[in-house]
Amino acid sequence: MARYFAGRLGQSILLVWLVLTITFFLLHLAPGDPMARYDDPEMDPETVEMMRRQFGLDRSVPEQYARWISNFARGNFGISLRYNRPVSELLARAVPNTLRLTVVALAVYIILGVALGVTSAARKNSLFDRVGTLAALIVYSIPSFWLALMLIMLFSLKLGWLPSSHMQSIDAASLGALELFRNRAAHLVLPAFVLGVASAAGMARYMRGSMLDELRCDYVRTARAKGLSEGAVLMKHAFRNAAIPIMTIVGLSIPFLLGGSVVTEKIFSWPGMGSLMVESIFTRDYPVVLAINFIVSVMVILGNLLADLGYALLDPRIAYSGEGGER
Amino acid sequence: MPEELLKIEDLRTVFRTEAGTARAVDGVGFTVGRGETVGLVGESGCGKSVTALSIMRLVTDPPGRIEGGSILFEGRDLLGLSEKEMRKVRGNEISIIFQEPLSSLNPVFTCGEQIREAVALHQKLGRRASKKKAIEMLRLVRIPDPEKRYGSYPHQMSGGMRQRVMIAMALSCQPKLLIADEPSTALDVSVQAQIIELLAELSAGRDMAVLLITHDLAVVAQIANRVVVMYAGAVVEESPVVELFDSPAHPYTKGLIDSLPRLGQRLERLPMIPGNVPDPFDLPEGCRFSDRCRARFEKCATEPPLFDLSGGRLARCWLCEGGGG
Repeated sequence: MARYFAGRLGQSILLVWLVLTITFFLLHLAPGDPMARYDDPEMDPETVEMMRRQFGLDRSVPEQYARWISNFARGNFGISLRYNRPVSELLARAVPNTLRLTVVALAVYIILGVALGVTSAARKNSLFDRVGTLAALIVYSIPSFWLALMLIMLFSLKLGWLPSSHMQSIDAASLGALELFRNRAAHLVLPAFVLGVASAAGMARYMRGSMLDELRCDYVRTARAKGLSEGAVLMKHAFRNAAIPIMTIVGLSIPFLLGGSVVTEKIFSWPGMGSLMVESIFTRDYPVVLAINFIVSVMVILGNLLADLGYALLDPRIAYSGEGGER
Repeated sequence: MPEELLKIEDLRTVFRTEAGTARAVDGVGFTVGRGETVGLVGESGCGKSVTALSIMRLVTDPPGRIEGGSILFEGRDLLGLSEKEMRKVRGNEISIIFQEPLSSLNPVFTCGEQIREAVALHQKLGRRASKKKAIEMLRLVRIPDPEKRYGSYPHQMSGGMRQRVMIAMALSCQPKLLIADEPSTALDVSVQAQIIELLAELSAGRDMAVLLITHDLAVVAQIANRVVVMYAGAVVEESPVVELFDSPAHPYTKGLIDSLPRLGQRLERLPMIPGNVPDPFDLPEGCRFSDRCRARFEKCATEPPLFDLSGGRLARCWLCEGGGG
C-alpha cells in the first residue's frame, strides 16, 4: 500500500507541475498587462517602467518562467503585483476562509445527498422518491449564482433571518466568544448551502442508484433471511457496499466545490481564495493566480488520493499492492 | 410418520410483470415432519425456489406476491404473521441457505461477523459471547483454524468453505427447519458430496428438519426420507424416497429417473424428456405435463387431482386413478 501511494505521489508532483506550466503560459498568452491599471495620465511613465523592471516583466516570457519556477520550487510564491506584498501573506488570510466555507459545504453536500439518496432508495417509487427525484433535478439545473441571489432576496431582504454577505458583522470585534461564533455561523448558512446543495442533488441520485443496485444483491436476501430488521439490512449491509463507489464521487466533486466557491464567494463577498482568484485574474496578478492554481490542484489530487484510501478502507477486496485478494 | 412441523396448503405465489402474471407457485401443498429430510425436486423454473422463498416470506414484492394458501409452521400460519413476528422466525426457527455462497455473503464484512450477527440478534448475546458462539459454529462445520478464519472475508475463502460459513450461519440459532436451496449446485463436484454429507450429519445430530431443494435426484437419493416432485408450479408426485426410485408413479418422475446415468448401464445417449417446461405466463389447460408426456390420453385434457396411492404416495396423473400405478 505504501509503495502504491509513493508512486501516486510521484505522478501527482508531475501533474501539478504540468498544470502550473500550462497556466503560466496561458496567462501570458492572454491579452492584458499587470501594469495596465497604471495607464493613467497622472502616472509617471518612468515609474511604471521601473516597476515593470522590478517585477521582471520586461524580460522574455521563457525567462520569466524560469525565474518563477525556480523560486516556486523553493517555496517562494513571489510578490503580488497588485498589493506589492508576499503572495504567501495574501494566501494565509484567504485560504482558511475558503476552507471554512468548503468544509461546511462538503458536510451539507454529503449529509443531505446521502440522506436523500438512501431514503429514496428505501422507498423506491413512493411519493417521497418521486418528489425527491424532481426536486433533485431542479436544484441540479439551477445556476448557483441565481439560487444565491434568490436566497439572499428571501432570507436576507424579505425575512431578514440571515446576513447576506461577508464572514461576520462589522461590529464582530465587540462580541463575546459565543456571540461571535453564532454570528459567524449565521454568515455561513447561505453560502455553504448554495455551494453544497447542487452537488448534494447529484449525490442523492448517485446514492439512490448505488443503494438500489446493492438491494438487488443476494447478500441482502441473506441478511433478511437472518431475521434482521429492514433498518439493519439497509444501513449496515447495503449502505456499507453502496458507499464504496460514492467515495470516488466525493473525491471527484472536490474540484467542483472549489470551482463553485469562486462564484459563491464573489456573490457573498466572502474574503476567500475564490474572490482573490477572480480579482487577480482581472488584474493579471500572475503570481497570485499561479499560487491559487497550485493550491487548488493539490487539493484536487488530495481529494482523489483520499477517495482511494477510503476505497481500501471500505472494501476489503481491494489491495493496492497485490497482497491478498483473489478478485 | 413423524409429527408434522411444516404444512403447506394450496400455496399460490405469482409474479406480476408487464408481460403478464406468472403463476410460479400454483396450489402447492406438502408437509415436512419434525427431523425429517424432504427433497423438493424439479427442473429449473418449476417454482421450487419460489416455494422456499415463500415459506420465509422473502419473495420480492413487487413483482412477487403470495396470493393464497397457508404455511403452517408448528400450527401457526406464517402468512398471517406480522413482519416483526416473521423476523423472529427467520434465521431462528427456520433458516435458509442459498445456491451461490459467494454472492449470498456480504463482501465487506468478515464471515465471522456475519454469523455473529445472527447469534447476537436471536439469542440476545453480547459481543464477546456471540463471537465465541460464532467460532464454535465455524468449528462445527469443520472449518480449520476457526479462530483465525473468523476474521476472513468471503473472497478469501474457497467455494466449499463459503458454503460451510452459510451453513454455520443458518444453524447458529438451532432452527427446527433448514431450507437448503440448491446448496451444492454451484460448487465443484468433489466438494458437493462433502457439503451434502455435512448437512445430513448435522441435521441428524440436532433433530432438525431439512427441506432440500435440488434438481439433482442423486443428491436426494443420498439423504432424503421423502421426495416431493414439482412441475410447472404444482406438486406432481410425493413419495418416500425408496419407492420413488423403485416405481415412479408419474410419467414426469419416470422421465427424470430415466435420465439419470446408471452404473453398469451402457447407453450411447441418456434418454431425455422431450419438449420444454411450459411458460408460467401461459400454463396449458388440463394436465401441465400432457404436451411432453408419452402416455397422454383423452382424460389429460382436464387437470388431474393428486391421487392417493397409499403408503404415503401421491401422484397427479390420470393413470393413477383408482390407486393403480
